[in-house]
Amino acid sequence: MIKIFLPYKIRETLGVPTEIEADGSNLRNLIDHIEDAYPGVKDYLVDEGKLKPGMSAVIDGKTTRLGLIHKLDDVSEIHFLPSIAGGS
Amino acid sequence: MVSTSENKNYKVIGTRPIRHDGYDKVTGRAQYGADIKLPGMLIGAVLRSPYAHAKIKSIDTSEAEKMDGVFAVMTSKDLPRLGDVVRGNSEESGSEKHLSENVMAFDKVLYKGHVVAGVAAKDQNTAFEAVKKIKVDYEVLKPVINVDQAMAKDAPILHEDYSGDHLGKKVKNSNIAAHARHEIGDIDDGFKKSDLVVEKEVDMQTVHQGYIEPHTGTAVWDEEDRVKVWTSTQGSFSVRDSVSKVLELDVSRVKVTPMEIGGGFGGKIPIYLEPIAAVLSKKTRRPVKAMMSRTDVFDATGPGPGGKVKVKIGIDSEGKILAAYADIRLEAGAYPEAFIEAAAKCVFSCYDVPSMKIDAYDVLVNKPSSAPYRAPASPQVAFATETVVDEICEIKGYDPIDFRLKNVAEKGTRTALGPKYRTIGLKECLEAAKNSDHWKSNLDSNPSPGKKRGRGIASGYWFNIGFKSSVNLSLNPDGKVALTEGSTDIGGSRASIAMQAAEVLGIPAEDVRPSVVDTDSIGITDVTGGSRTTYATGYAAYNAAHKLIEEIIEKAALKWDISKDHIEYSDGIVKSKTDSELKMTLKEIADDPPGGPIVSSASVDLEEAGGGFAVHIADLEIDEETGKTDVVNYTAIQDVGKAIHPSYVEGQMQGGAAQGIGWALNEEYFMNEDGVMLNSSYLDYRMPIALDLPMIDTIMIEVPSEEHPYGVRGVGEPPIVPPVPAIGNAINDALGLRLLSTPMKPSKITEALKRKK
Amino acid sequence: MAENKVKKVAVNTTINGEEMDILVDPYVSLLETLREVIGITGTKEGCNDGNCGACTVNLDGRIVDSCLVLGVEVEGKNVETVEGMATPDGLHPLQQAFLEEAALQCGICTPGFLVSAKALLDNEPDPSEERIRHWLAGNLCRCTGYDKIVKAVSKASKKSK
Ligand code: FES
Ligand code: FES
Repeated sequence: MIKIFLPYKIRETLGVPTEIEADGSNLRNLIDHIEDAYPGVKDYLVDEGKLKPGMSAVIDGKTTRLGLIHKLDDVSEIHFLPSIAGGS
Repeated sequence: MVSTSENKNYKVIGTRPIRHDGYDKVTGRAQYGADIKLPGMLIGAVLRSPYAHAKIKSIDTSEAEKMDGVFAVMTSKDLPRLGDVVRGNSEESGSEKHLSENVMAFDKVLYKGHVVAGVAAKDQNTAFEAVKKIKVDYEVLKPVINVDQAMAKDAPILHEDYSGDHLGKKVKNSNIAAHARHEIGDIDDGFKKSDLVVEKEVDMQTVHQGYIEPHTGTAVWDEEDRVKVWTSTQGSFSVRDSVSKVLELDVSRVKVTPMEIGGGFGGKIPIYLEPIAAVLSKKTRRPVKAMMSRTDVFDATGPGPGGKVKVKIGIDSEGKILAAYADIRLEAGAYPEAFIEAAAKCVFSCYDVPSMKIDAYDVLVNKPSSAPYRAPASPQVAFATETVVDEICEIKGYDPIDFRLKNVAEKGTRTALGPKYRTIGLKECLEAAKNSDHWKSNLDSNPSPGKKRGRGIASGYWFNIGFKSSVNLSLNPDGKVALTEGSTDIGGSRASIAMQAAEVLGIPAEDVRPSVVDTDSIGITDVTGGSRTTYATGYAAYNAAHKLIEEIIEKAALKWDISKDHIEYSDGIVKSKTDSELKMTLKEIADDPPGGPIVSSASVDLEEAGGGFAVHIADLEIDEETGKTDVVNYTAIQDVGKAIHPSYVEGQMQGGAAQGIGWALNEEYFMNEDGVMLNSSYLDYRMPIALDLPMIDTIMIEVPSEEHPYGVRGVGEPPIVPPVPAIGNAINDALGLRLLSTPMKPSKITEALKRKK
Repeated sequence: MAENKVKKVAVNTTINGEEMDILVDPYVSLLETLREVIGITGTKEGCNDGNCGACTVNLDGRIVDSCLVLGVEVEGKNVETVEGMATPDGLHPLQQAFLEEAALQCGICTPGFLVSAKALLDNEPDPSEERIRHWLAGNLCRCTGYDKIVKAVSKASKKSK
């Protein structure tokens, strides 16, 4: 099982614990599995078949650039976080 | 230079060749934004609001239109009204509506300098005269110019139609565009168990990136509805996307040619004049060039957010940090985005803390819409954290480096946002600081009479984004390589990108000729920002060079009629592994290769480079009577991953330190109650001059990033983070005074000294 | 419009050694004259009010901010800009030193620094670091922190001895 951490506001709004567990071969079906356990989560994470603009998934310390098709082999934790603007 | 990587034998990387674009830049030939001249070109000028907050009741352009030499006048009626759609998720995030409103106000002006109309005329003088003849009827509203005013009950509201996101709840009629929270562990328990808890709040004034070249925008809108734009920008593709959105055109109808860019530091990511020049060109069918004055630049571009940051840290009796809390309130300016997520990511980034909680507020105020400024929001939060850490060390008598080492963040440390660090080099930086000549030297405690000396240290972090880059290579018949790329070159990146291709090909850096080309001539490349260029575009160059070698081997196989597997390439020579007679130089293979010329291209879309840390040491001498502060000795230490061109890495470290020193001691938007900036010139917005600074010593640490073949980390941003707290801590060391607001200018020092007596 | 009816003034001047006759509006700065009338754009505008030095030129041996001088004021005078520094035989030692020492990042300030520094070295072949910093105090650079600029000037000075 992969440890999943959702953003504070989703946890607050939907009453999801700080840390949950789920499985999936890729990010898309992992999110589907989370949705089964905690209905409503998917709406916050996915939009038009893609990770929602403004949302990012950090898979074992690396922010995925592949999005929902990212394969999850040997992954221990995933953090969903608001994506970050900035830079010079 | 300290290196932890085994010393690979690089031929090109780590050397200091003359940059390819250097000759044009020392002779005056290089063409920057204002230097373009097109046949039949008109000059554009804009009318800006004198008020920081007002409703536009009506605009009368008739007098201006009648003037001799005026070819067109425009207002926001000439722009499509866009919906509140969220764009992208990186540098240029925000809504399309706000993007467009910031270019030209529709119903309301939200800061002094907000554009309300534009004119195209035969020359600058006529355009300025015409602008003065446009009459605008305003209903003036009360502005809010700092986070306290904006968050107060009954504050005037900037966006009545906008709902902010407050921990997931949609809230209307608030100037808080967002309230975000991050939480790890149990801070209440952590603080309860703490032996010492220290809390401080800092107040940061708004600052400007201060690039010397003002913004420009030149455009042609042709009869086929194709728009060509020439501008000085950090991202030609982001300009293309933004212009196409504001004008509701398909992206392929917009072609952006980047001019040389005279500094940006994040402030040349947004668009300002480009769509206005385009609409004026549509009305006249002539090229239109618009330029900002220095006052326009201060009034209406940038800035880096001001705001308030409160940090509370608890430690146990052994000096281990148990809990940390931050309350971060940053000014977004007129439209949302004060980089609060970056602030949250950076605030406790240098420490390993079991429990952390962060509340961050993105606050709308009547100031220009904040733009990224070198490690956006990280200096603001570092000032608070590093001041608290210094105070803890002072109270407990800890050595400030030993305390930081005891609590240091390293690989595997869980960050405040949750994910764990991959390989980072903060510990190595702190150790290098401890061993530096500067730290070991005696702070001359006998300065000139009436003066006191002090030393301060601070650390800082920025996370280096990745994203998309594309590179094309073409082998010329003389055996040299032409490289085209889409990263606008703000300070030598052409060289560092070409050097990575040269390293792969085993040829001198001079033999790879880089060009930055327009958006029709290269694959999508994200902005030169987030410390990503040498990392991501360099990675694309690395991949493209490997593909070029594959091509070379393929052509050699055809030419010699042997299998590819029997051919190898190194250092500019392609040869048979078995037959020593069969070998060719690049020039020989490039001369009429079978099946067509030898070319390659590659693109990448990368994750973060793993983060860069910096530690700075500052020695100050302060005149107790006048409060004047001189920086007498300064050392910047930084984990740079791998320095491709060390001179330009040092240059980034020194330039970032200098900007941070200016921020600490002098720079601020000085605004009156009406929201009018009173110091909008270089005379009064006082940036450091050569006389203000000492030599800035640099120590480059090389802990290679895991994400890049040469271990490159972004180097542009971390060096602006430590200076503000390092200087604050040095002032405290000298005078026993904690100044908690920037700039720590002479008047604040003398006043604080008076209060102390 | 009255302000547009002002007559242009004929000016005879020497720019980088080339004598020329030009017509200039009497209200136009030397900076604009160089860039718009003569068409050489190496001299840059950073502020147009005398506070950044990006527009520095040499006027009869003195360095001035060309945004603060009128085009008509150069009648009979010698103006030297960055475009006049290199010869067909090669770069001026200062230009070479700026390249070797990486004394430019974005490069927008570079023409102003080069013209200023040349005026210093023309009169004082071996200035101290302090003297260089004093002399260059009228030129702003936001990218480099001045470190490498000061080193480049000092390198060029020793070279030219
Ligand atoms: S443009 Fe002349 S001093 Fe700045
Ligand atoms: S190199 Fe950019 S301002 Fe000096």
